[in-house]
Amino acid sequence: MPTFVRTDKCDGCKGQDKTACMYICPHDLMMLDKDGSATGHAMKAYNQEPEQCWECYSCVKICPQQAIEARHYADIVPLGGSVQPLRGTDSIMWTIKFRNGTLKRFKFPIRTTPEGSIDPFGGKPEAKMENITKSGFFNQENGYRAGNPAELIRK
Amino acid sequence: MAGEFGKPEVIQEEVDILLIGGGMACCGAAYEIMRWAEAAKKEVGVDLKIKLVDKAAMDRSGAVAQGLSAINTYIGPEQDPADYARMVSNDLMGITRDDLAYDLGRHVDESVHLFEEWGLPIWKTDENGERHDGSKGLPTLKDGGKPVRSGKWQIMINGESYKWIVAEAAKKALGMDRIQERIFIVKLVNDKNDPNRIAGAVGFSTRDHTVHVYKFKACLLAAGGCVNLFRPRSVGEGQGRAWYPVWNAGSTYAMAAEAGAELTMMENRFVPARFKDGYGPVGAWFLLFKAKAVNALGEVYMDRNKEMLNDYPPYGLAAVPASCLRNHLMLKEMKEGRGPIYMDTVSALAKLKETLSPREVKHLEAEAWEDFLDMCIGQCGVWVGENIEPEKKNSELMPTEPYLLGSHSGCCGIWVSGPEDLGAPKAEEHAEAGKVPGHLPSGWSWGYRSMTTVKGLFTAGDGVGASGHKFSSGSHAEGRICAKSMVKFCIDNKDWKPELDTDINTLVEEIYKPVRTYLEHKDYTTAIDINPHYITPKMLQFRLQKIMDEYVAGVATYYTTNAHMLKVAEEKLEMLKEDAMKMRAKDLHELLRAWENYHRIITAEAHMKHIQFREESRYPGFYYRMDKNFVDEENWKCFVNSIYDKTTHKWTVFKRKHVDLVDKSKLFKPAAH
Repeated sequence: MPTFVRTDKCDGCKGQDKTACMYICPHDLMMLDKDGSATGHAMKAYNQEPEQCWECYSCVKICPQQAIEARHYADIVPLGGSVQPLRGTDSIMWTIKFRNGTLKRFKFPIRTTPEGSIDPFGGKPEAKMENITKSGFFNQENGYRAGNPAELIRK
Repeated sequence: MAGEFGKPEVIQEEVDILLIGGGMACCGAAYEIMRWAEAAKKEVGVDLKIKLVDKAAMDRSGAVAQGLSAINTYIGPEQDPADYARMVSNDLMGITRDDLAYDLGRHVDESVHLFEEWGLPIWKTDENGERHDGSKGLPTLKDGGKPVRSGKWQIMINGESYKWIVAEAAKKALGMDRIQERIFIVKLVNDKNDPNRIAGAVGFSTRDHTVHVYKFKACLLAAGGCVNLFRPRSVGEGQGRAWYPVWNAGSTYAMAAEAGAELTMMENRFVPARFKDGYGPVGAWFLLFKAKAVNALGEVYMDRNKEMLNDYPPYGLAAVPASCLRNHLMLKEMKEGRGPIYMDTVSALAKLKETLSPREVKHLEAEAWEDFLDMCIGQCGVWVGENIEPEKKNSELMPTEPYLLGSHSGCCGIWVSGPEDLGAPKAEEHAEAGKVPGHLPSGWSWGYRSMTTVKGLFTAGDGVGASGHKFSSGSHAEGRICAKSMVKFCIDNKDWKPELDTDINTLVEEIYKPVRTYLEHKDYTTAIDINPHYITPKMLQFRLQKIMDEYVAGVATYYTTNAHMLKVAEEKLEMLKEDAMKMRAKDLHELLRAWENYHRIITAEAHMKHIQFREESRYPGFYYRMDKNFVDEENWKCFVNSIYDKTTHKWTVFKRKHVDLVDKSKLFKPAAH
């Protein structure tokens, strides 16, 4: 289902150069209609190529105004359902509404560390040039599986 | 200041290493490479300049953009890389490079352990065998924690932010001053003095009017597989709901081919059998919830049709038959009128509930939904629209349109140099060795791990052919393997200066040609999309999809073709390729689509040529050459490889010998009859 932007909620990311949805869309679908010439709604974002939407929800999840939702692919899906997330820093909440009105809610963890806290090389060894043509990475995190040499039948 | 539409500013930059792509492979490379670059500076005084360009935003780019509900490759301390190489080989009907699979198998868990350290929640099993999500503080995998195995190789995760987390580590490792997003590289440039060497790449910004010309010593080309080269089952809004990400446009294969790199197994494709229309994942349903796929009469077709597996020894006789053969058995039901095919979710959940407490039942329901919500929200959209609750109503399954990729259950891609310590062949010894073009290397290793047959050009993830089943974690690990190797290459070539074989103005004109075509002819007609002087990228894509679907074994013909149909496809594709020169681009977004579709055409042509060359049906269930509807172990248990000549636009296709580096007989039970 392509995503759509609600006119009552989108604020065009307050006139910044690019909107959050434009920044994140992996397929370059979201556009900010600066002067309203494309949509009749100036300074609001829109999905410029709905038939190319993967429904990955990247724009839905990142929108600071929760202005983006999805109306599932019209050529496939009966109308009336909705699947809407609210993504926080450590978990995501989903509200799922069926066509027949059934409602379900789920909450799942999304990460165990604070966002932005990764220290990529903290406490890790330096690489040594003597190892550059050897098997293995610069660091060993107890995950290298050397394997049983007897399995290699041509060696 | 950036140029204007049609008059782009040209920005030139020289680096040592360019990483093209921002998915799992390039994130892996970005992480690993900085430590080796530091070592190179400190120990040998070589200061490497490194840059990464991504056509999207790294936080949500590549195949893992949406998230994942499982990591499909985790070896664990109790399994051997040889077991992994055996599985990869059998699933891909015996023709894979054991050296590549084995090497991946020994490295991949290192990346998974990092993901967990960075904050990816990985499900755990406690001492009572109960499952817990990854936020409950149980011991990490690195410290001996027990993952929840949904299969022999798969582990369950809470993976909504998988890519976000991996990208954060990559961005921090590399530093944002070495990263540029929204740059779409469309063409590699060979070296002026050595046509078999890479010296640069050109692309453009999808955000401002700039063309970017990079010169470098080495580059990692990891821009994903190929989606939407076949007509998809949904052709309206739903065509965006591809199984693999719709933005994977074959750029990896097309750019490598045009640079002269040897491709391998481009006849291979993946036709996933998935939940119909939403393309929701089936792995957890089969493996974790123990559901069965049944025909409309409720019969389990894998049991009903099991004799058909005996037609394809030994691949059908393994405990887990090759993926294509499972499709083969499903297609029989569909063709003989016993469809629709269903995943029997109702019986599976009812059975599980027999032994669970109410709390566990609630958890089970959440797990079933999370499986989709983490990686395929569109399937939930189908479920809510059709009022499907899996405990009450079964869902349809359907084999999809074909996809080309090298990291999931497919093995097309680029022929790369493998590890030297596993006993791989060092020479080309077979009857047709003389037909391998003379400038190409012999054997499976030519010095730099993961380098293609073009000097300086490396690849990983979907780019590496003849392996497969590396998935997200393996692609990350493969990117890391490349990183080391590229640093070594640059140290060994520290005094070499890249020179482009084409002058910059010519390159810029070529890239912006669709824009020029549009500006020149747009006022000839009143309707912007109907003009005899140009074709829109969208219509060009429809033409490609129609040709591939109808002649190259798409869904329209139940995945069948023959030499005659391929001949027709060949002619039509040649004209399509000519017409691609007349694509228009009315804005930067359409210029992006124009080049993506050009890449799709080259990839599609490679796929067609390889199917034409391989005179057998190696992957029953994925495609059938009805004029050669058998697996011919004697003549065709070999790699089919090819090179493309960018000047003549012609392909040369040839065989390379396959050998086993690990014993495959351990997989098989004796034939049932």
